[in-house]
Amino acid sequence: MLSYIIRRLLQLIPVFFGATLLIYALVFLMPGDPIAALFGDKPPSPQLLAAVRAQYHLDQPFLVQYYYYILGVFQGDMGTTFSGQSVNEVLSRTLPVTGRLAIMAIGIEFTLAIIVGTVSALRKGKIFDNGALVVSLVFLSMPIFVVAFLGQYFLAIKLGWFRPTIGGQNDWGDLWLPAIVLGLSLFATSMRLMRGSVLDTLNQDWVRTAYSKGLPRYRVIPVHVLRNSLIPVITNSATNFGVLLVGATVTEHIFNIPGVGNTLFQATLKHEGPTIVSFVTVFVIIYVLVNLLVDLLYGLLDPRIRYVR
Amino acid sequence: MSDEKSAHYVAPVTEAAPVTDAVVVSGKPASLWRDGWRDLRRRPMFWISLAVVALVLLMAAWPTLFTQTPPNNGCELSNSNGGPAAGHPLGYTFQGCDIYARLVWGSRTSLSVGLLATLISSGIGLIMGALAGYYGGWVDAVLSRIGDIFFSIPYILAAVVVMTVFSQFRNVLTLALAIGGFAWASTARVVRAEILRVRQAEYVTASRALGRSRFGTLVAHVVPNAIAPLLVLATLSLAASIVAEATLTFLGVGLGGDTMSWGNDISQAQSSLRVAPMALIYPSIALTVTVLAFIMLGELIRDALDPRARASR
Repeated sequence: MLSYIIRRLLQLIPVFFGATLLIYALVFLMPGDPIAALFGDKPPSPQLLAAVRAQYHLDQPFLVQYYYYILGVFQGDMGTTFSGQSVNEVLSRTLPVTGRLAIMAIGIEFTLAIIVGTVSALRKGKIFDNGALVVSLVFLSMPIFVVAFLGQYFLAIKLGWFRPTIGGQNDWGDLWLPAIVLGLSLFATSMRLMRGSVLDTLNQDWVRTAYSKGLPRYRVIPVHVLRNSLIPVITNSATNFGVLLVGATVTEHIFNIPGVGNTLFQATLKHEGPTIVSFVTVFVIIYVLVNLLVDLLYGLLDPRIRYVR
Repeated sequence: MSDEKSAHYVAPVTEAAPVTDAVVVSGKPASLWRDGWRDLRRRPMFWISLAVVALVLLMAAWPTLFTQTPPNNGCELSNSNGGPAAGHPLGYTFQGCDIYARLVWGSRTSLSVGLLATLISSGIGLIMGALAGYYGGWVDAVLSRIGDIFFSIPYILAAVVVMTVFSQFRNVLTLALAIGGFAWASTARVVRAEILRVRQAEYVTASRALGRSRFGTLVAHVVPNAIAPLLVLATLSLAASIVAEATLTFLGVGLGGDTMSWGNDISQAQSSLRVAPMALIYPSIALTVTVLAFIMLGELIRDALDPRARASR
């Protein structure tokens, strides 16, 4: 197990450098002079311009600039936004908000996916199953911003169950509507995977053995079927993490939640290159780490996977 | 002994045709595609999705068949939030634009971005996956690591960065490049796995033994036999690209505000959601139904081409 973790961490190295280099290179191509933008209307003297350029290593070749940037990242400094705030500061303010939203959304997604998927599988071909299939297809094809607007219009504006926008007041209890929207848009894939997985598991020998031992259904289904059916759903939630990140960005924008995604969105509107790089880099790092974590989770769920290669 | 005749009985030889096991070769031999087609054409959902796709394609190719309102000219502020009228069945937006006409004209943008992005991502994915799977060794190692890098960046986020960088070239082609250029990694993985399976086949060895070059064999025999999953993925990624276009345009980094696309329609209707919800709901329905048709089509083709899934139904 330890050697597997080390091997996976080593595989992360080229991915990390490649992804950050790619994004850095893209923003390096961005037109416009960031220093000139820093000074605003008053043109600086050539000496001052050169000094500031040297301070930000802008007089150096591309790879040297990238080296300084990565060096900063490893020292825990993610860079500075255009307004002069450190990205770390912005992250420590916005990341908890997005974290709350994401955890609630994943919770709603999993609860719905597991319950609906299992019941669908147990009643294969019946009305409930067909209904769930249609609903999941609709949510699968509906872009998240459509789900968000429909939720905002019907649940918040028409029925008044929730506040249509969130703003500064964003504790756990305030985030229900955006979390439901995000969870619903993620739930379709998981639910269909769960259904297929439960159907597979129901045909396994150990399930037949469990029944023939005389175990009741309420014991066989949760203990013998559910636990073994969860693996594809968990795997999918890792590969689907990108969808979650993008979904969170859109949801935060629509409901005006001051999270990481909304900050990224505001930065793109203002064309703040360095801020965009920092945030997308943070997203990529989180994405890669989540995938690693899920890989390691398999071992706990399925004792057959032991990583001895 | 020579003139002595043997007097035993010889049964008369009758002419009888030799009996062999008969193999009736009527019709063409069964193949993956033929079996799949036979399965598909019996399924009503296939024809429904195909009809929706055909309708949207028709709309995109010849919008004037569906509406007489010319593009961008259907806006009269006096019609702001107006209800349905003759020739304008879905009413007007807050800006007084004909919703139905904008839907018809917008289908062209959504579909061309979707098709172009899918062509780009499938093309790159096919080349990278085929080379990695077929040649193996260091080629595989390098190409698969590059794929890992692209896989680790959610492609809509990457497209946000690309479109911010090239903000003065916001048109259909750059948007398709931004989406397709970052969405190919999962296609490459699937193609690579399929090529790994196919390259073990006897006909590949035979082709090499008959003197065809390695690359020639890859193009002539390996890729055609590994193309089925790519077709399915392409249909699904067409759906995903249409959603990506709408999402990026909605976020304000996709197509400019003067381009007619479903993403723009939804984005512009957002500010008047409270007073004119229908201006948002109609383009949302158009987008959802189109994406749904492509997803259904992709899944039905996938099931039809997979003998195991066919058997379990």
